[in-house]
Amino acid sequence: MTLEAFFFYAFTTLALGGATLAITRRSAVHAAISLMVSLLGVAGLYLLLNAEFLFVSQIILYIGGILLLFLFVIMLVNLDAGRGLRQFHQRWPLGAAVTAIAGVAFAILWSRAKLPPSQTMPDVGNVELVADTLLQDYLVPFEVVSLLLLVAVVGSVLLARKRA
Amino acid sequence: MLEGYLPLFVFLVLCIAFPLAALLVGKALRPSVFAPAKLESYECGIEAVGGARGRYSVRFYLVAILFVIFDVETVFLFPWAVRYKQLGWFGVAEALVFLGILVVGYVWAYKKGALEWV
Repeated sequence: MTLEAFFFYAFTTLALGGATLAITRRSAVHAAISLMVSLLGVAGLYLLLNAEFLFVSQIILYIGGILLLFLFVIMLVNLDAGRGLRQFHQRWPLGAAVTAIAGVAFAILWSRAKLPPSQTMPDVGNVELVADTLLQDYLVPFEVVSLLLLVAVVGSVLLARKRA
Repeated sequence: MLEGYLPLFVFLVLCIAFPLAALLVGKALRPSVFAPAKLESYECGIEAVGGARGRYSVRFYLVAILFVIFDVETVFLFPWAVRYKQLGWFGVAEALVFLGILVVGYVWAYKKGALEWV
């Protein structure tokens, strides 16, 4: 097994294991932490695909920012009441059947698909390419993004403080 | 391709190994004597009131949303930091304009009292 394959399977295990834990944990905080593990695995897969910028964005934005929002929402609302509840509609056979059919369909498609050979990556890194494109070719849109973020700041402050 | 990430990998292994080792070595070394006081949050001091799973104040949420917005800003500045030398003063000017517009938002939020603890 090559080094790439080893890391691919390790990150895939992280992503799938974290996702499974995220939907099976009863405590919402545990589910959110498991989702973090899953997102970390996906970030590792981005790294294996030479997509360093996506890797960094995934860690800074999803794990650092969005998951933090999730945790805040979980802590803002009282979820202790829901902990004792159980799902009462017994629909899991239907769900399992749909999953099985989708899995078989995917396997058939996968076996028939003609995948293009993987391309060799350019020597210059992904982040450098993004930087050159963003800061030279798309200079004006880059500056407009800060306007968009400014609108987001104003909007969130106004919406959050309306009733205060 | 993966060889360049060796420092990152060493860092990751250390980050996982260090807390694990600290916990396991601690468990092996310490005597385990049970006392009810050990189960309290603070063994000495004021007795804790209520559960730790209480609800947080909604005021934290605005701070969290503002954090996410400035987090997005960081992602946009990251490519500039990587290409800092090649872009030179041109890049610095660009980043200053980018940051300048956002500082307006920050100052506005500050003036509006969004960051104050009311």
